[in-house]
Amino acid sequence: MKDVTFGQYYPAESFVHKCDPRMKIIFLIAYIVAIFVATNFYGLAVCFLGLVVTVVFSKVPFKSVLRSVKGVLFLLVFTAVLNVFFYKGSGDPLLHWKFINIYKEGIYYSIFLICRLFLLVMGSSILTLTTTPVSLTDGLESLLYVFKLMRLPIHELALIMSIALRFIPTLMDETERIMNAQKARGADFESGSLVKRAKALIPILIPLLISSFRRAEELGDAMDARCYSGSKERTKYKKLTFTWRDAVCLLLIALILTGVILFKVFFAALV
Amino acid sequence: MRIQAENLTFTYSPSSPFATYALKGVFLTIEEGEFFGIIGHTGSGKSTFVQHLNALLKVPSAEKKYKPKKLKKGETPPPQIVLKVGDYDLTDKKTDFKELRSKVGMVFQYPEYQLFAENVFEDVAFGLKNFRPEMTKEEVERAVEDALTIVGLDYAEIKDRSPFDLSGGQKRRVAIAGVIVTKPEVLVLDEPAAGLDPLGKKEIMELLHKLHREWCKTVIFVSHDMDEISENCTRAAVFSEGQVKFVDTPKNLFQREDELRQLGLDVPLTAKLTALLREKGIVIDSDYTQRDFCEKVLQYYREREEQV
Repeated sequence: MKDVTFGQYYPAESFVHKCDPRMKIIFLIAYIVAIFVATNFYGLAVCFLGLVVTVVFSKVPFKSVLRSVKGVLFLLVFTAVLNVFFYKGSGDPLLHWKFINIYKEGIYYSIFLICRLFLLVMGSSILTLTTTPVSLTDGLESLLYVFKLMRLPIHELALIMSIALRFIPTLMDETERIMNAQKARGADFESGSLVKRAKALIPILIPLLISSFRRAEELGDAMDARCYSGSKERTKYKKLTFTWRDAVCLLLIALILTGVILFKVFFAALV
Repeated sequence: MRIQAENLTFTYSPSSPFATYALKGVFLTIEEGEFFGIIGHTGSGKSTFVQHLNALLKVPSAEKKYKPKKLKKGETPPPQIVLKVGDYDLTDKKTDFKELRSKVGMVFQYPEYQLFAENVFEDVAFGLKNFRPEMTKEEVERAVEDALTIVGLDYAEIKDRSPFDLSGGQKRRVAIAGVIVTKPEVLVLDEPAAGLDPLGKKEIMELLHKLHREWCKTVIFVSHDMDEISENCTRAAVFSEGQVKFVDTPKNLFQREDELRQLGLDVPLTAKLTALLREKGIVIDSDYTQRDFCEKVLQYYREREEQV
């Protein structure tokens, strides 16, 4: 349970930590675009290079970043395997057995897909590792300001998100506590068949659900008691400002995007 | 079962920026049959210690993946950790930890938050079904009835109700019944009376004494409330900064008022009154339970009146 790094802030004093959250969000979006624009391994290599540079300047140990992949590893492998089986390439299949056809291109494509998702997850975890949930929401809110003109309740949405992020560690602690309590009563989460293990989660999930409702109610009451309203008059304690660091970020994005596009234009697409 | 800990150290998230040293060499022996109290400031390591007693937290050498570290030249080996509960050696990974957990019951803070089943019967029977799957239906029913009865609930009336419809005090009793249903020899409780009103607190402590007499040989409880400690314990240990500072009977312990205050701890009301009376030149030598204190004070005044 503790291995999920998503939404886990890694405290450090670094270049990336000090960047404006809006810049970091833009960076991430551009980075994701770059990953999907890339159609060959050269392009992905450029993205990877960008990732490595970011990780180095964030002072977050590479291990922590890798740990975020662990949580979605199953998904990665699952997608890759599906792709191997269902990809229809040209020419003769490498392997043919009953209705299963495996093509050379399918295997290439699967590896490509894994790399792509890998970069995607690691990139996003850099954002959450170096940005506190609060400043992340502030950044999002500020970026989504445009949609306010379309009468979307941006402030409320941002609040919902920050509450959700803020409660992740709390719920993790709670999970651990309940797990310990049930373990003390002989619950076994580590052995047995998949069905048995899934069933063993019931004694954790129900108390967790109940306590989430309780917490939600308490939080709502507390906000009510302080007369919270998401009105226009609310001001910010921390004002976001762009600095020279963000200019450097912009430069890096430009470099990555140019690199990816150049490789896309001058080298053949993988598939 | 006798509990013995020597050199017990524990670090949360070792080798990460969040590494915290929760225990730094704990030496503590708890004899069978004690009603033992554990006091300490928040973060003093007391909860970490009690979680070791039924291997919810394990010393490194008891982990499955553990491999002894090779020592570099000139390095002194770290002191040998000893942690024994009865005949179970908690530093050995071959120990049957599941069996140990059925012998050492653990009631966490706010145990009512761990209730989950559709009805009270199922919830209380959960531990039995895990630890003793070979029990027949009748045996399970009898054990659940016994457990619910001893915590002061009416079995016939409560067994089919949803645990979420009960009152706070009832929920806590059901949760305790769910732990003691396996008849553990050692019962560990983390702040069993937290969040209860004075009457509820008193009832819980009475329940613990009843369990100590009839059900579990050793009771260990963690508490912030010094009055609870002075009223109930045979002995108590004071934790501070991951170590045990004092282990003594409440009577001897609360004579060290100044030292306890330095550790950020309080003393029971009776000890405060004793100190105030001593300032007035009246020496009361009680064991700091309210009953004994009142008697000694009364006795003092009667003697003085007689002299006059």
